[in-house]
This record gives sequence, C-alpha cells and structure tokens, in this order.
Amino acid sequence: MANTYTLIEAKTLGSAVASVTFSSIPSTYTDILFKVSLRTDGSTDAYFIRPNSATSNITQINIQGYGSSVASGNATTLAAGVPVSTYTANTFGNDEIYIPNYAGANYKSFSIDSVPENNATTTRQVLEAGLWSDTTAISSMKFETIDGNFVQYCTLYLYGIKNS
Amino acid sequence: MPNPTKLIINCETGVQEEIELTDEEVAQREADAEAYAIRKAEEDAAAEAKAALKASAKAKLIAGQPLTAEEADVLVL
Repeated sequence: MANTYTLIEAKTLGSAVASVTFSSIPSTYTDILFKVSLRTDGSTDAYFIRPNSATSNITQINIQGYGSSVASGNATTLAAGVPVSTYTANTFGNDEIYIPNYAGANYKSFSIDSVPENNATTTRQVLEAGLWSDTTAISSMKFETIDGNFVQYCTLYLYGIKNS
Repeated sequence: MPNPTKLIINCETGVQEEIELTDEEVAQREADAEAYAIRKAEEDAAAEAKAALKASAKAKLIAGQPLTAEEADVLVL
C-alpha cells in the first residue's frame, strides 16, 4: 500500500505551448502519478502522452462514457481527453495518469482517467489502460497537443509514490 | 510565422526551457494528427453503427419481429 506522496514537480503554464515534457524524473520512487488540468486552443479534444518521448511499442484499450452512450476502442498511442476552444469557456480538464513501477525493468503499464470538462450533454469520461512494451526506465514524460497549444494556466503536477 | 514551442522541465534541476519546434517536429505533429483523426473517425463510425443496430433490435423486439444475429449480439454481448 502506497503511503507517501511526494511532489516532484509542479507547473502552471505562463504561456501557451504545444507540449510539456518532464525530464530527468528521479528513479527513486516506486510509482509516479501525474495530475494535470489542461485545455488547448486547438480543435482536437485529445492529447498524446509519451513516456521517454516514445512513439512505438505502445498499446492501449479504452472505454468512453458520453452523456447517454458508451464507446470503446484501442490504439497504439496513449491519449487523454482535453477541452478545446469550442468547449465551455475558461474550463479545464481533469486527468490522472498513474504509472506503477515506472523505473523497473519490466514493461510499463498506465492507468489513465480523463475528463475533458464541457457543459454539454455529450461530454465524456475516458478510462484507459495502456502498456509501453519497453524495459527502459521511464525518465521523462511528454504531454503533447494533437493540434494547437496547451493554454496559459494549465497545471501539471508530478508525484512520486513510495511503497514504504 | 514561428513554429509552436515545447516546454521542457528538468525535474532534477528545476530548469525550464521553452524551445521552438523544428520543421521536422512540426511535420511529425501533422502526421500524428492526421493518423489520430482517421482512427477517431473509425471509432465514431463504429459507435454510430452499434447504436443504429441497438435501435433496430429494440424496435424489432417491441414489434415482435425476429432479430438478425448481429442485432442479437448487441443485446447480449
């Protein structure tokens, strides 16, 4: 049972950027957790999550709950939902990305819980289980818009979690 | 017009750098966006087809008509 959460890094964006990368993540924790609240000025309501900037050996399955329906899918990229310029003004998303044993020598699993907030009947919640089939320790994590930029005042927090 | 920028935060030193994307990185972003749009369109189409199948199955059940195997699948799988 994890009993310690340590804030490794916190960032509030002062200006719009296309991506945010946390580099040189210390390997001294058991798990890591990102809590991010994002919004883009683009038109695609999702963003990519790339461990060590990887673009291959990634698989994921997801289920998405909409206002009155559900959908599911799978893909070879890790992605989460994000409000875009047409969504409710001044509203940011609400996402958690949990990565157990991120510094180990096994493949890395991801649990992603994402809500791209929007005051609309078809807004959605995304639950995603991902796997990066690579034995390299995760030392960086990149959050990348698909189009447009993450806007000012987005917040990103990285926590390290020890099992003792 | 300048390219978009990327922010890199070094968790060891706390140093933050904002760097303009290279033309190659911009091209890669555009390719990734195109691939994502294609996949999303496929997912949306599949969801719509499933919803239509469900609606058809429901209408047939109410009317006491036989279902197709596909319509039965969306109700029990």
